[in-house]
Amino acid sequence: MSVLRERVTWVWLGLMALTCITTWGLSKDLFSPAVAVVGIFLIAAVKVRYVMLDFMELRQAPPPVRAAFEAWPAVVAAVILGFWFATPAIM
Amino acid sequence: MSTLSCVGVVTTDRVQPRRLPGVDGVWVFIGADSVIFAILFLTYMQDRLKNPALFEASRHTLNTTLGGIDTLILLTSSWSVALAIQALKRDFIERVPRYLLGGVVTGLMFVGSKSIEYFQKFAHGLTPGTNPFYMWYFTLTGIHLAHVLVGTSLLAFLWVRSRSGAFSSSHRAVPESVASFWHLVDLLWIVLFPLLYLMKAA
Repeated sequence: MSVLRERVTWVWLGLMALTCITTWGLSKDLFSPAVAVVGIFLIAAVKVRYVMLDFMELRQAPPPVRAAFEAWPAVVAAVILGFWFATPAIM
Repeated sequence: MSTLSCVGVVTTDRVQPRRLPGVDGVWVFIGADSVIFAILFLTYMQDRLKNPALFEASRHTLNTTLGGIDTLILLTSSWSVALAIQALKRDFIERVPRYLLGGVVTGLMFVGSKSIEYFQKFAHGLTPGTNPFYMWYFTLTGIHLAHVLVGTSLLAFLWVRSRSGAFSSSHRAVPESVASFWHLVDLLWIVLFPLLYLMKAA
């Protein structure tokens, strides 16, 4: 069992890269707040989805269970972004 | 795993039965906990809507670099535990303790990092009573930290048991249940971190 041949290793590397992009890239002042926040939460939803499918092994779960869990990051990101756009600007 | 169910995942070399890792009860807990956290996220956003300027000013006092490193630590922890489960499935029993120990050490690193962060906040006189943002910050990260402490303890228990060869491909319900809980702890932080630390005001 070579670690490099494990799918979870490649998923982990992808998640680490996305975290660096979010934390040290998108959150900086290079982007408008709307672009940054939408990008950050879409990336967070994608990261959660891969944690569910590959680390939690939901890829092999019964379809209704997988669908219910996959809905979670989509709904959470939609609600957070919905509230963000509904919040008045502070400037 | 001796019989294949009629509903299966077709892979290139074999048909795997559809299944959830570990015991079903842990998935009921994971589902319920996820819903509770989703409601907390929603309530946080409702409170933020009332006073975005206060939330934005307070957010700037948080250490983004430390929060980002916390995320990298938990992802690495989850990966290590996922490797332990893959090793168990293939009966590479001697590798399991090493990967589980990786999960324990990274769990402790997260606890250490959060302790430093809390200490810095208290040293600056920032407490849950300072304003609504800090109430949310300490509540959400505190509940999450409690999850980390429980998860790290469970992983330490698994590590000790795995060293005496207690688990194998046919005895892996307990490790799989703990691993699934640990991945939940990881994914909750993936949302919590941008929510508290990175969300800029418009």
